[in-house]
Amino acid sequence: ESILELSYLIAALLFVYGLKLLSHPETARRGNLWAAGGMGLAMITTLLLHKANGEGISLTNIWIILAAIGVGAAIGWMVARKVKMTAMPQLVSIYNATGGGASMLVALLEYPAAAAGDVGSILVTVLGLIIGAIAFSGSLIAFGKLDGRVGDIMKPFMTYLNLVLLVATIALGIFIIVSPNPPTEMLWAIYALTAISLVYGVMFVMPIGGADMPVVISLLNSFTGIAAAMAGFIYGNQAMILGGIFVGAAGMILTILMCKAMNRSLINVIIGAFGGGGAAAAD
Amino acid sequence: MEQVLQFFFEYKEAIFIIALSIFLGIEVISNVPAVLHTPLMSGANAISGVIIIGGIILVGHADLSRFSVDLVLGILALIFGTLNVVGGFAVTDRMLEMFKKKKK
Repeated sequence: ESILELSYLIAALLFVYGLKLLSHPETARRGNLWAAGGMGLAMITTLLLHKANGEGISLTNIWIILAAIGVGAAIGWMVARKVKMTAMPQLVSIYNATGGGASMLVALLEYPAAAAGDVGSILVTVLGLIIGAIAFSGSLIAFGKLDGRVGDIMKPFMTYLNLVLLVATIALGIFIIVSPNPPTEMLWAIYALTAISLVYGVMFVMPIGGADMPVVISLLNSFTGIAAAMAGFIYGNQAMILGGIFVGAAGMILTILMCKAMNRSLINVIIGAFGGGGAAAAD
Repeated sequence: MEQVLQFFFEYKEAIFIIALSIFLGIEVISNVPAVLHTPLMSGANAISGVIIIGGIILVGHADLSRFSVDLVLGILALIFGTLNVVGGFAVTDRMLEMFKKKKK
């Protein structure tokens, strides 16, 4: 058990070190490999050493886990190697969507196991679900836009619709968090929350111009990190918490830097596209 | 107020980690040249695939004796997480490989 915790610490440090190297041109490629090594270490030690609730129950279903990882790894590797250079941003967006989708599913599946009225763990589960779902559907739309499959659809009423969706998501989330009922009786609410969050992710990205997509992907990438960290709280897993928050913060700063490089502000990218005419007039 | 303090005390370690990780993330990124924005985003994206550990734990403790939608979704989460990790690091590596060639 202590070996597992130690390996998580090493993995988290490798993430930080890898990303540090990635931010300098000469060392960037090595940095990527270090971070990948950290991830590999965390995965292998989890497979070998994880015990439920720190007690004697080891992981079962090892073969199913290995098969699923094998399928994902084979597809991920082949697509990453074969895709055209010009299609790289789309691919990053797709992989970001899968990460967000994984966070959403983990939160959704862990929710029924939470204790009734346990505000802390239900809070992180709900946050992981909402943020993961938005990152998932938002990244898919971003992919569609970059790939020319989805056009920029912008209607004046969408600003209000998005606001309503956002308020509904937050309200339903709070309702679930403060509800004293056991989670197994609240399943309808968590399914509804998943659906609204997914719709919000679509509607959030839909009005934003195609040229701004790299910034949006970076923002959604930051979301994915935060969602992974929330899932980390469910399991009390330090590697997930540290790695997720670290990516969330780094992704947020990177998003702002990318906006600056284009002489835009983040608000301008998001809101400017919302009510194009209004923002232009305000300028 | 009582409850807020109670909450803080209960999760104090987590809150420390969060606060420090945020500063670390900001510090590590802040001086990056514009050419590296996309690879860095891609690399950070791969790291956010750390959710895969959650997927492993989830499926690892699932009940296999009967078929359930939950199990299928759990396996899907695991496949999604792996795509994020493996695909993410592979794409980043390929981008950086391209940079090297351009320089020469």
